[in-house]
Amino acid sequence: MEEVRIALRNVGEIDPVSVEEFRARGGFEGLKRALSMGPKEVIDEIIASKIRGRGGAGFPVGLKWDMVRGMEADQKYIVCNADEGEPATNKDRILMSGDPLSLMESMTIAGYAVGATKGLIYLRAEYPYLFPVLREAIEAAEQSGFLGRDILGSGFDFSVALVSGGGAYVCGEETALIESIEGKRGESRFKPPYPGAIGLYDRPTVINNVETLMNIPAILTGGAEWFRSIGTSDSSGTKLFTLCGNLNRRGIFEFPMGVSLRDLIFDVGEGVCGGELLAVQLGGGSGPILNADQIDVGLEIDHMGPHGIALGAGGVMVINDSHDILDIVENTMEFFADESCGKCTPCREGTIQLLRLLRKIKSGRGRVSDLENLEELAEVMTMASLCGLGQSSPIPLISALKNFNEEFVSILEGRCAPW
Amino acid sequence: MVTLTIDGQSVTVKDGTTLLDAASAAGIRVPTLCFHPDQKVKANCRICVVEVEGMKTLAPACSTPVREGMEVRTISQKVRMARKNILELIFAHHSKDCLQCDKNGTCELQAIAEEMHFDYAVRYPVEIKGDGKKDLSSPSVTRDVSKCIDCNRCFSVCNDVQTVCALSRSKRGYQTLVGPAFGKELAETVCIGCGQCVQACPVGALTVHDDRDEVWSMLDSGKEVVVQIAPAVRVTLAEALGEDPGVISTGRVITALRRLGFDKVFDTDFSADLTIMEEGTEFLNRLKNGGALPMITSCSPGWIKFCETFYPECLPHLSTCKSPQGMFGAVIKTYYAEYAAKDPEDIYSVSVMPCTAKKFEAKRPEMGRDGYRDIDAVLTVQELAKMIRYAGIDFGALREGTFDEPFGTGSGAGEIFGSTGGVMEAALRTVYEVVTGKTLENLDFTVVRGFDGVKEAAFDLGGKKVRVAVAHGLGNARKVMDAVRAGEAAYDFIEIMACPGGCIGGGGNPIRNWKKLSRRMEAVYRLDKALPIRKSHENPAVQRIYRDYLTEPNSERCHELLHTSYVDRSDIVK
Ligand SMILES: Cc1cc2nc3c(=O)[nH]c(=O)nc-3n(C[C@H](O)[C@H](O)[C@H](O)COP(=O)(O)O)c2cc1C
Ligand code: SF4
Ligand code: SF4
Ligand code: SF4
Ligand code: SF4
Ligand code: FES
Repeated sequence: MEEVRIALRNVGEIDPVSVEEFRARGGFEGLKRALSMGPKEVIDEIIASKIRGRGGAGFPVGLKWDMVRGMEADQKYIVCNADEGEPATNKDRILMSGDPLSLMESMTIAGYAVGATKGLIYLRAEYPYLFPVLREAIEAAEQSGFLGRDILGSGFDFSVALVSGGGAYVCGEETALIESIEGKRGESRFKPPYPGAIGLYDRPTVINNVETLMNIPAILTGGAEWFRSIGTSDSSGTKLFTLCGNLNRRGIFEFPMGVSLRDLIFDVGEGVCGGELLAVQLGGGSGPILNADQIDVGLEIDHMGPHGIALGAGGVMVINDSHDILDIVENTMEFFADESCGKCTPCREGTIQLLRLLRKIKSGRGRVSDLENLEELAEVMTMASLCGLGQSSPIPLISALKNFNEEFVSILEGRCAPW
Repeated sequence: MVTLTIDGQSVTVKDGTTLLDAASAAGIRVPTLCFHPDQKVKANCRICVVEVEGMKTLAPACSTPVREGMEVRTISQKVRMARKNILELIFAHHSKDCLQCDKNGTCELQAIAEEMHFDYAVRYPVEIKGDGKKDLSSPSVTRDVSKCIDCNRCFSVCNDVQTVCALSRSKRGYQTLVGPAFGKELAETVCIGCGQCVQACPVGALTVHDDRDEVWSMLDSGKEVVVQIAPAVRVTLAEALGEDPGVISTGRVITALRRLGFDKVFDTDFSADLTIMEEGTEFLNRLKNGGALPMITSCSPGWIKFCETFYPECLPHLSTCKSPQGMFGAVIKTYYAEYAAKDPEDIYSVSVMPCTAKKFEAKRPEMGRDGYRDIDAVLTVQELAKMIRYAGIDFGALREGTFDEPFGTGSGAGEIFGSTGGVMEAALRTVYEVVTGKTLENLDFTVVRGFDGVKEAAFDLGGKKVRVAVAHGLGNARKVMDAVRAGEAAYDFIEIMACPGGCIGGGGNPIRNWKKLSRRMEAVYRLDKALPIRKSHENPAVQRIYRDYLTEPNSERCHELLHTSYVDRSDIVK
């Protein structure tokens, strides 16, 4: 299957910090085009492209920018979310190490569009080795006049700074990320107000994922119509997928939205290794767990068929039948119990109780009432938690419960508890 | 204005109103735990969630702004399910020993459980939070993690309002702890004992360090047990016993104390007047002889510890006067002992204070001589209220008593020590008359009254302009002190009180908020207005003690008994 490389357009093709090689492949053309348009026109183009965020929530990028553009403030910020904390994803790392200049270009365009002069890249604590290449890219862009004061004689100033992440999964959540940049404990803020209104240092702030931003120059050079022609009506453009787990071929691949999950596994990933396909966890740690009969689905941001599954950050974790599904679920629930920031009651207290209920069921001591309690708790956490972590942490469990119902039921009935 | 529907009722409120306030306008009280009317919204407990038509998740009422046409349900099936489950989650990690809890009957969590008629079994395995140890290390505040619900109200007041930062949040998830960093005990931290965290805590996790038992046992010991009551006590004790904020109960407090078995009841207003004599004289001496200016008041022991910890280089600016409690303590064990012909060893001296930091002050080595303590025990208003209830005294029905001699009743100047700005006003009344030799026409220095964080004024004292500032709450004190430290403070005299509002907002009072505080403050100035003597130097008991014992203000004997020294505690923050 042929990849469609938009975000990955320069990765592996150029010396990442060579402005010359970058420009030879059309680098900075998007920025030039943006600067020749008014900020509002840039935003209209982004809105028309229908591009949605690639960081997990899938919010329309143009609308987010438009909101920040409309805010009166002495300072606005563009923050690039490069925290990439989702287990089993590393697409942002590949993008930043392979094509950092595109990121600078994108952030500058965003700054121009919304009226921000300062950009920050919040870099995952585990990626310290990316600092030098990003710093070099910033310097190279500055030296060639694409970043800094009076960019290309337009009168527009924009700078980019690097910030090291707080080292916790929750710091990828946009408001916890802001707290972390401000030097506070990485804990989510309640919303509203959204960062677009009250963000970093209480100023209007655009926060976008690395992959989201990488598409921006391509939209400006290729045009919104071209971009919209790729992907599906609901999710335009392409998506990076991190294929991992029990696959013969693993890695990062870019395909149009709507690509079939089955094709990703059996064509791109060259099939399951070490056994038969048992399950796929989609999107990352908080993604749904699907069974082998559910892979005939086109992957887009949301609204995927009857399962109501969402794509999240684009992880595709393939699990073969040498695994016990309850082990898999237990692992993810442990992860969330550890990563809950502890701020709000449903998630702080709920993640651990969910895990305990699951372990009770898994041990064979569970009853049907435990299953009911587990479902109710999951619903309460989804409805009442403060941030996306608590709201979505029950998804793997609840989806597994539905998609692997027999396993749960048989353990409850005591027939085939594995021990 | 925005119009929305809450539980079928249409309400119109201002744009930006929260659902919590909008519901309240519709006559519906949504339960809250992390919400505190004086603090910024935290939205972390989630007990206040409500259902909003068209929203996938439930909305916390405390943080969600109203929108035009919103349809809100505050008690739908979903809301009840969430609320109940959240309570269960809390209870599964809470000691729930209400019967043995300081907050039994006044706890916000308990009240919610009661309102919800929570008689369900908790469906989760119960594991009590923390390691089972109570932190009794601080003489002011007791901390019991097993009751903590991680609401962050204490953190907010200690960090944002008081800027002491003794509390932090550590660990994550289920292990999250709100308390001193690195698992330390409170006494090992920068905590200055103000008790504002006690005031903020909705449950029994932070409480006043309880000294009732010792006092009970001394009441039966055969020693003479004397007690002094601070100015603020008479305006907050009735409130602590269920009456309205601002009800004045001076005479009833005296009678209640006698009923409890205290042998003598003295008025700390007396030593407040003494403080004015000493501090006023000290100030005039500094003005005349080029002493360290601005001079800063020293009656708030929480403020003193704050200054010793964070502004040690400014200690020379502090008045050397002890607090009124400290002065009275020394006077009772010397002057009064002579007067009553008692051995100081045979007098047990108790004080009733609005203040938890006074418990720490009484334990300072400077507060005693010849091997005995000046003050043997400090009770807060909260503790005294509990003793009165324990003794079955019907406080409402008590007759008015009067204070014992030889100290009698204080002046209006002493009375207003309880409110921010009061010490300054009291000092100005006396200093003016001493300097000018004239009688002050208008005694009300209203510019230093009220709740503004930092109040500034300048007065003409017989041709000399004196610039003053008044700060209450340590965040405000910090602003003033940064200027003092930088040598940029254009003041001669500064009053600082550790607690927002002054002593009427002290940590040992019944639970505060600004609304209650303004009622308390009105009461303070009502008391002042009603007294025949409103200037410290006109208090006959004060005149007598100088004549008979102390000779004159700032005399050698005064220095020995009524003044003190400070220590640099900044090592802890280095
Ligand atoms: C617990 C949690 C972790 C998250 N981690 C990341 C992350 O690592 N990277 C990211 O881009 N977005 C992450 N997000 C999503 C962000 O909050 C935010 O929606 C995103 O950065 C917005 O950018 P986008 O619109 O370009 O996707 C996370 C969200 C949650 C709730
Ligand atoms: S949902 Fe979890 S991670 Fe988010 S604020 Fe609540 S405790 Fe923190
Ligand atoms: S804190 Fe409240 S609910 Fe908890 S034991 Fe004390 S009174 Fe009961
Ligand atoms: S007593 Fe005051 S200083 Fe100490 S922890 Fe409480 S609020 Fe902070
Ligand atoms: S100690 Fe009290 S105020 Fe502080 S977080 Fe715990 S419950 Fe809240
Ligand atoms: S009172 Fe609203 S979340 Fe705590």
